[in-house]
Amino acid sequence: MNTVRIIPCLDVDGGRVVKGVRFSDLKDAGDPVRLARRYYHEGADELAFLDIGATPNSRNTMLKVVEAVSEAVFVPLTVGGGVRSIEDIRNLLGAGADKVAICTAALNDPGLVARGATRFGSQCIVLSVDAKRTAGGWNAFSGGGRHDSGRDVLDWVQEAVKLGAGEILINSIDRDGTHSGYDLTLTRAVSRSVPVPVIASGGAGNVSDLLAALREGEAEAVLLASILHSGRYSIKTIKQIIECAGRWVRW
Amino acid sequence: MVSIFDYDAGNLKSVVKAFHHIGVETKIASTGSDLVKADRLVVPGVGAFGAAVSRMKDRGVFGVLAEYFLKDRPFLGICLGMQLLAEGSEEAPGQSGYAILGGQCRRFMNGKVPHIGWNRVDDWRRRMLLFDGIDAGACFYFVHSYYMPVFETDCWDLATTDYHTRFVSAIQKGNLSAVQFHPEKSGEAGLNLLRNWMRR
Repeated sequence: MNTVRIIPCLDVDGGRVVKGVRFSDLKDAGDPVRLARRYYHEGADELAFLDIGATPNSRNTMLKVVEAVSEAVFVPLTVGGGVRSIEDIRNLLGAGADKVAICTAALNDPGLVARGATRFGSQCIVLSVDAKRTAGGWNAFSGGGRHDSGRDVLDWVQEAVKLGAGEILINSIDRDGTHSGYDLTLTRAVSRSVPVPVIASGGAGNVSDLLAALREGEAEAVLLASILHSGRYSIKTIKQIIECAGRWVRW
Repeated sequence: MVSIFDYDAGNLKSVVKAFHHIGVETKIASTGSDLVKADRLVVPGVGAFGAAVSRMKDRGVFGVLAEYFLKDRPFLGICLGMQLLAEGSEEAPGQSGYAILGGQCRRFMNGKVPHIGWNRVDDWRRRMLLFDGIDAGACFYFVHSYYMPVFETDCWDLATTDYHTRFVSAIQKGNLSAVQFHPEKSGEAGLNLLRNWMRR
């Protein structure tokens, strides 16, 4: 069986790492290349970069960041934020990304998932879903959590996997940056809806939350931001606790 | 100098960067004459078995690579680059691989597919030189939906991995080596494996 995957996520704007709390109130947490190298040597199993600026200027800066990181970091790199076209995917892969995470553009044009998977392989297409609770379940939101697409999350992830998405990154808007724990019901529902691996994101306040996402949430991997950037936990500490709880980690 | 075979089967950049990091120069080999001239050849690749074989045949390089194998020159297959050594794959019935290894690649039937993530690689009966200096049971990064079943052999060195079934994760005989995982994305263990291959 696989190890649990611990994936630090660096939200990048204009070449700097920032972390939003509920998608606002940005707090500076450093240089992306330096942070990426540090996390790599501390044992990150993968790294994720989210371009939250997503303006043309920010996009070009991100390509340079990915280029620099991939020369020094030898674990998979996932990059998301403003990926809208096959050209964007090609540019990111060309810069050194291994996977791209697509959220809004996939909701607007599900065919992008299919075209990306056909051209570059399912292994590099990660469907990123920003989910918010509704009366009957969850809806997928676009535009960084601002617009309700009206699409049911479970229907959407199943369709995206049929189109060729190789992994699902599920982010709870209700919990993002709140440190109140992952939305476990959501994570588990998504994990049971699709045959591909699911990465839980949004809401980790402590290592118990991570364990809950892996156990009750049935996720294969966890995406971490402020819990790491704040220095509250190191990757090593997190892995030690997860290992003590009986799950397998990579050293 | 390592030649990296470009047959339009995925991103070569990661492999190139990993070799540069360990101080090895690379060049891209895309034609038959590039392959003939290669001293050390890496065949990476993600994507579909059938499409890869078809593209190689269309470009007239499938047979050139077969000759490369016959001469037992240094070779490292990665991921799809390993599966191409099998007779074929359930992914593309009727499409033949190099048949250097018997048997067909099969699709995972249990658990999440693709098999994505870090998993341990264990020697099968004897220590493989590729893993020299790397901890026994070290983890490497995998991304694949099809696998090569474990087979009985006296002439190949094998390493295997368990993902709901036990499959071949590395093979070696003479100058021919191949791995199912991605050494270029497997941290320091992966870089050490590439260094070991360079020393062979």
